[in-house]
Amino acid sequence: MFVWFHKLASPPFFYRFADKLAPWLGWMSLLVILAGLYGGLWLSPPDYQQGDGFRIIYVHVPSAWISMMAYMVMATAAAIGLIWRMKLAHAVSAAAAPLGASFTFLALVTGSLWGKPMWGTYWVWDARLTSELILLFLYLGYIALNHAFEDRRTGDRASAILAIVGAVNVPIIHFSVNWWNTLHQGPTVFFGPKAEMPPSMYIPLFIMMFGFMLFFAAFMLKRLQVEVLQRERNTAWVRDLVGQP
Amino acid sequence: MKFTALIERDLRLAYRRRGELATPVIFFVIVTALFPLALNPDPALLRTLAPGVIWVAALLAVLIGQDSLFKTDYEDGSLELMLLSPITLEWIVLLRVFTHWLVTGLPLVILSLLIALLLDYPMQAVGALILSLFLGTPILSFLGAVGASLTVGLRRGVMLLPILVLPLTVPVLIFGAAAAGRAAVGDPVAAPLYFLGAMLMLAITLAPFAIAAGLRISLES
Repeated sequence: MFVWFHKLASPPFFYRFADKLAPWLGWMSLLVILAGLYGGLWLSPPDYQQGDGFRIIYVHVPSAWISMMAYMVMATAAAIGLIWRMKLAHAVSAAAAPLGASFTFLALVTGSLWGKPMWGTYWVWDARLTSELILLFLYLGYIALNHAFEDRRTGDRASAILAIVGAVNVPIIHFSVNWWNTLHQGPTVFFGPKAEMPPSMYIPLFIMMFGFMLFFAAFMLKRLQVEVLQRERNTAWVRDLVGQP
Repeated sequence: MKFTALIERDLRLAYRRRGELATPVIFFVIVTALFPLALNPDPALLRTLAPGVIWVAALLAVLIGQDSLFKTDYEDGSLELMLLSPITLEWIVLLRVFTHWLVTGLPLVILSLLIALLLDYPMQAVGALILSLFLGTPILSFLGAVGASLTVGLRRGVMLLPILVLPLTVPVLIFGAAAAGRAAVGDPVAAPLYFLGAMLMLAITLAPFAIAAGLRISLES
């Protein structure tokens, strides 16, 4: 097991591994997301207050969740890359950043589309919206720094520091923004006697979250393959692979 | 002994290029003076906007000022000697950020008195405004220094630094402007000031490690 894990850090081995795994994850995510959508759009009842408008949560909540998870993936991989000087870990950070930024953007867009009929406006300076917006800025800063250096390795390590500083800061930002202003609906209780959501609503939501996670994993692997190819473009195995002398 | 020598060197260098160090402070004054021109000079409006305007301008001025923090030492090679010196780099950057704040941040804090006057900020609340800037601007200096350490080797670092650091400064802005804003309407200000103090302690203890790590990476390339 450990040996296999060790081998996974080698770019050519990883490339072939990702090549096999990514399509499986991709097709699985499509199936799971379709199942979740069917559950969410047809099987679950309309909300007693929000009517059918609430159904956007089946996209909104998983996106917001992935947007935060991607940041943790990025920062953890950055720390691993700095400490153990693993090339692949830096590639993971670099691949996670644009994906995380996209999901953050998606969460913001779906949230504001939901906000128009529910709150009467596309944007309010509510705590969670603002946190999510700042998260988008953090991603953009990371991407900007990662690409600012001519030497790829320096860019990786410099932006890794930024990702770690950002990860330390994220709880403080979240807390301070909460203290500043909150309007967002509170967390919904799923289980137990005080459950606010029937199973017909939360089961599709969980299926969607799982589907989004699979989608994220599949695209992570694909992006990672591209990152690995770019970083290793001067090595023999990449030349063999693309059929260039 | 060695520490005082480092502080002395930084202060002497700062004195010799005092014109350059004055730019963030001048920037601060000019930016705050633009708001009455852009909005309208109604004192009631200016009074409500004053805490936010002063804080945003101070934030930008401090961050822009941090760009010069390591630049000359990076260019003439002093930074590499500091890396090799027996004093750990973390101590050196801590002292550097402190002296840099002393010559750029502190004048800004004092000048905010004048800006408060121009924007019709209530004079009985000015103590809280000064205290919030006094606790807040060093945190901004530390965060800006993290950005400066990462961008010191880049030519277009000047624009990049604020993009990297601005999202991280949000908590400082929130608590700082809240302290100043609450004081203006006579509300208690202890809570935001305590938060600023706590964040300052966190910045002093953690930021030097990030800054030193950033400098090591910038020097390696």
